[in-house]
Amino acid sequence: MGKTTISGEGTFHMENFRRRSRYTLVFLILIGAFLFITVLNINTGNVHISISEILNIIFRRAGDPKNYNIVWKIRLPRILMAAILGGALSLAGFLLQTFFENPIAGPFVLGISSGAKMVVALTMIYYMGNAQNVTSYTLIAAAFAGSMISIGFILLISRRVHHMASLLVAGIMIGYICSAVTEFVITFAQDSDIVNLHGWSQGSFSGMDWSNVYISAVVIGVTLLLTFGLSKPIGAYQLGEAYAQSMGVNIRVFRVMLILLSSILSACVTAFAGPISFVGIAVPFLIKQSLGTSRPLIVIPGTFLGGAVFCMMCDLIARMAFAPLELNISTVTSIFGAPVVIFMMLRKRRGR
Amino acid sequence: MAEKYIQMNELSVGYHGKALIHDICIGIEKGEIVTLIGPNGSGKSTILKSITRQLKLIGGTVEYDRKNLQEISFRELSTRMAVMLTERMKPELMTCHDIVATGRYPYTGRLGILSMEDEQKVEHAMRIVHAQELGGRDFNAISDGQKQRVLLARAICQEPDILILDEPTSFLDIRHKLELLSILRSMAKENGITVIMSLHEIDLAQKISDKVICVKGDVISHYGEPDALFKEEIIRELYDIQKGSFDPLFGSIELPRPQGEVKTFVISACGNGIPIYRRLQKENIPFAAGILYENDLDYQLAKQLASDIIAEKPFREISEETYRRALERMKRCDRVIAAEFPREESNKLLQQLLEEAENMGILEK
Repeated sequence: MGKTTISGEGTFHMENFRRRSRYTLVFLILIGAFLFITVLNINTGNVHISISEILNIIFRRAGDPKNYNIVWKIRLPRILMAAILGGALSLAGFLLQTFFENPIAGPFVLGISSGAKMVVALTMIYYMGNAQNVTSYTLIAAAFAGSMISIGFILLISRRVHHMASLLVAGIMIGYICSAVTEFVITFAQDSDIVNLHGWSQGSFSGMDWSNVYISAVVIGVTLLLTFGLSKPIGAYQLGEAYAQSMGVNIRVFRVMLILLSSILSACVTAFAGPISFVGIAVPFLIKQSLGTSRPLIVIPGTFLGGAVFCMMCDLIARMAFAPLELNISTVTSIFGAPVVIFMMLRKRRGR
Repeated sequence: MAEKYIQMNELSVGYHGKALIHDICIGIEKGEIVTLIGPNGSGKSTILKSITRQLKLIGGTVEYDRKNLQEISFRELSTRMAVMLTERMKPELMTCHDIVATGRYPYTGRLGILSMEDEQKVEHAMRIVHAQELGGRDFNAISDGQKQRVLLARAICQEPDILILDEPTSFLDIRHKLELLSILRSMAKENGITVIMSLHEIDLAQKISDKVICVKGDVISHYGEPDALFKEEIIRELYDIQKGSFDPLFGSIELPRPQGEVKTFVISACGNGIPIYRRLQKENIPFAAGILYENDLDYQLAKQLASDIIAEKPFREISEETYRRALERMKRCDRVIAAEFPREESNKLLQQLLEEAENMGILEK
């Protein structure tokens, strides 16, 4: 079928050895790409800063004060956020795909991002109306609540609808309803709030500061570790619920865990950067194909790293393509992500 | 009641709190092969799903080795029991080795990393089911029958005390059916693994099982040793067979005998009539058969296929009385087909019958 067909010869041990070599290679490439894009990202912008100066600024904390500020206050937090949130988004996609046994499931498609967006918008307007500052934690909590609302609906629907395509259509509809509510609220918000809200509701990594980085690093870091710890039962679950249970997985507890983890991840992304489309579907697919496995122990870190690289690259394009005009991050992720999804569907059809 | 290795007490099973089958009281010894038979939708899978804890029990208890099923943790259960289900598995990017390796799940560490020993056990299990050549192939790219064998290897790899299989022979060709069942038999008899499975092939069920459970509608209609259960009436009632028949002796099934006025008479002995019966059956021509000894092979099949049989008790000369009945029957036919048979003193009346047919001009050459 695919390029992944390994010849039937050789022992299982050899097969595993060959695969480990492949994993190592893919991870080296990903790390290389990560470092390359990080440097490229800091390097490029309206103000050009040379690489030697960047190294000087980052490692010796010295250099031209203006450039110092650009690197430390603007570019670095933004890059790190793109990396952390991109990784989180991809991982959320992988978890949802496992949960729904559907390769096209993802936080955006299932309406989870839109649900989070809706509650975050309502919360922001409420706080702004009362002239209060919204803390990051409040936003994450609001996004989490929104995610849970959407996912609750999806779960209700999935009890009655077992067809994959129908479930996705339901998710997209939920997404539209939530977006409609959000747009409605924004239309009637006060002028001064609109600029802020509008930019955020389209999805963007701009305007990130270090406190955002710390908070999301902690929340997403912990979630990532928990998810990694679950990689064994996730692997069992990939064979189907009944087999997973026969292997000793407590299905009910496990399903709740999976939903909570993926909701926290997508909530975090939405709270900080707004909804970002297609990353959650395209990245896990690309990573699984290049690793030649769906084994969670390998795919979880791979997907996180891949998502980070993908989003950093897209953010760079969003910033630079029509500078000084900045694109929505979703515009760029869609251009790269949507074709991958179409390709996936075509391949799937052919495979059957 | 003495406690057996697996004991079901007044068990009720079903979906969503509604009992489909109730009052299941069955005890199974260690190392026995127990087969559930019954028509489609009779609830064989429901019972299997309930005793593997995929479905909640509606009532009653199941005990494994004197431990209540509900009190055994999923983890502990997974080291004692392996399953092979009808549910379709569609894993992504997994080789057959990987699928079999999932059987090692209960024995690997927190992250599920396979040791050298695990890898060897995977290969050993593949060899048992004669699937070693499939090892590195993508699981999605092999045939249904091959998948079935890989899944059995997976179950073996889990090193269970109890093996539960839901229709393990479906999709398998005849060779692999026989292989699978002989693997199960050696696992049960040599390693003391208790096997509980559902089968559609009642002929195979009869031959492999120590005990058979007949599931029909809302109860277990029969439970016991195959010799006691495989009777024409029980099978006919269990499957509600109206067309065709079941031969309990060989466990074979036959299409219904042709209907209509009988115009064909078959003279045969020593099993030589069988191909003639089969041909007439296929052409849908009703026939009478005679004169058959009741211990003749022909007699067994004629009972299922012939509209009329003129038979004689074994080990004696054919009597005048039997001959007369046969002649009478033959005279009402317009066609006689004869098979070869050894001509002996004891069957001289059969030879006479043949001559008579010749004289009447209705013997087909």
